Amino acid sequence: MRIAARGLVVRFGERAALAGLDCDFVSGELTGLIGPNGAGKTTLLRVLAGLQRADAGEARYDGLSAAELGRAALARRVAYLAQSGLSHWPLRVDHVVALGRLPHRRPFSPPSAADRAAVEAALAAAEVVELRDRPIGTLSGGERARALLARALAVEADMLLADEPVAALDPLHQLRAMALLRAAARKGAGVVAVLHDLTLATRFCDRLIVLAEGRVVADGPPSALTDAVLAEVYGVTALRGERDGEPFVVPWRAAPPAACN
Amino acid sequence: MSAEIRYRPLVAALAALTLAAALVSLTVGYARLDVAAALADAFAGRSTAAAVVLEQIRLPRAALGAMVGFSLGLAGAALQGLLRNPLADPGVIGVSGGAALGAVVVFYSGLAGAFALAMPLGGVAGAVVAALLLYALVGRGAGTMTLILAGVTVNSFAGALTALALNLSPNPYAAYEIMFWLMGSLADRSLPQLWLALPLTVAGWALLLTSAPALDALTLGEDTAASLGFDLGRLRAQLVAGAALAVGAAVAVTGAIGFVGLVAPHLLRPLVGNRPGRLLLVSGFGGAIVLLVADIVVRLIPVHPELKLGVATALIGAPLLYGLIDRMRREA
Repeated sequence: MRIAARGLVVRFGERAALAGLDCDFVSGELTGLIGPNGAGKTTLLRVLAGLQRADAGEARYDGLSAAELGRAALARRVAYLAQSGLSHWPLRVDHVVALGRLPHRRPFSPPSAADRAAVEAALAAAEVVELRDRPIGTLSGGERARALLARALAVEADMLLADEPVAALDPLHQLRAMALLRAAARKGAGVVAVLHDLTLATRFCDRLIVLAEGRVVADGPPSALTDAVLAEVYGVTALRGERDGEPFVVPWRAAPPAACN
Repeated sequence: MSAEIRYRPLVAALAALTLAAALVSLTVGYARLDVAAALADAFAGRSTAAAVVLEQIRLPRAALGAMVGFSLGLAGAALQGLLRNPLADPGVIGVSGGAALGAVVVFYSGLAGAFALAMPLGGVAGAVVAALLLYALVGRGAGTMTLILAGVTVNSFAGALTALALNLSPNPYAAYEIMFWLMGSLADRSLPQLWLALPLTVAGWALLLTSAPALDALTLGEDTAASLGFDLGRLRAQLVAGAALAVGAAVAVTGAIGFVGLVAPHLLRPLVGNRPGRLLLVSGFGGAIVLLVADIVVRLIPVHPELKLGVATALIGAPLLYGLIDRMRREA
């Protein structure tokens, strides 16, 4: 699947969260969406997921607008993992994950074999099988984030839009979750993940899109995240290096004013 | 937390309990009645005194009790799911206040004497007006908080107008009667009232029950529910309309009966693993049982005139709710 965003503008009052953004997202890639707080990353994901109307421009899904595609088809083909993972009632973890199958199910019919298989696969992939009987409210923040990731995976969508999927996870589970998202992309799904950890972004993503002030300022392979880009959008210098042939990027200190130009 | 039990047997058990409570309700009353003989007479078409008591007094009372209790329990569960707030009940969105006001206006204007169904019709009209007003205040896209605030506004306004009617009542007996009616009762209801309320109620039930998948999705918040393909504006409209029909019809016939819509979902939620979709049907039966039992109790307590049903449900419901809060506090 290809999602093509053209000329997206979203205003909240005076402020433009997206200021004429153009970008394409394709299946089979793990795309890291990075940029400073307030750059428009969440707004972009919400527009792509059909949750936020654009004031101008539009997103097309394999050439179709959201309206042409229809609400139900969009829900089957594009999954969305919200940033603040919450559950208003203490549902069991496997019941939460099964909610990801709602777009595929006829109302009031029991889950099909495919539904059950998708839920089991998602529970296993996000490593929450042993938590399946626990009410989600009794989990730690990181365990809950994994359960909600499993919920999004259970949709088995062509495109997964994940807003900070690893922010709450411990280091080991961050690595595993990134590997999982990359594996999902290798199997054919598109994954767009908002990330703040630059090392995870450069190591695992096939492509990085850097946003600042509602526009794309860099788009390309992880090597596109140059020192100049880091200084410009984040105002930081970074410690760079390689380990086992893979790059790491550690934010080091605020960039001197000259470098900000 | 492992209180969850299998769904189908749970629904079957609650349905059986509802039926049992309704049958017990038929046997309770002020007139001595041989229910078996009365049933035999009724089926044989003999209009003996016993058959008339059964058909005209006991049957409407039991059937209305089950229907109104089901409406209150179902609407309470649906609104708690929509608003994701365990304190929500049908009063929160103002339709019960509107229905009470509608009935009071009819009573106050003297129309009530004109024909028998004037008061229930007024109640239904009041509920519909309240729902439309709520919708005009909220609009289509607005969020949950706006809906709660608008509901509180509509409910307070309807309450104020009801109080105004009492205040301006030219005749203290009229005020007294309105107050008693507002306390809610199933006594002396007739079959025509049941037939008036039934179609509206069933339409309301259908709207509320079909919202189950959307309410499940809403557990994870509005964005996630929308991303799973549910139109939240439509869901809100569907639930407000469903509650207005079911609860409006209930209040119009029986007056305001509190606590059932609050307590029934609370009592039963753990049994369905906290899933709001599955709670709907279960809470409906729970509400029917609570109301039928309360109505049996008020007839067994030797107080005359009999305790009003709304008073009894609040007296039973408040300690139940306290027990639940206590349990939640100890679990937390």
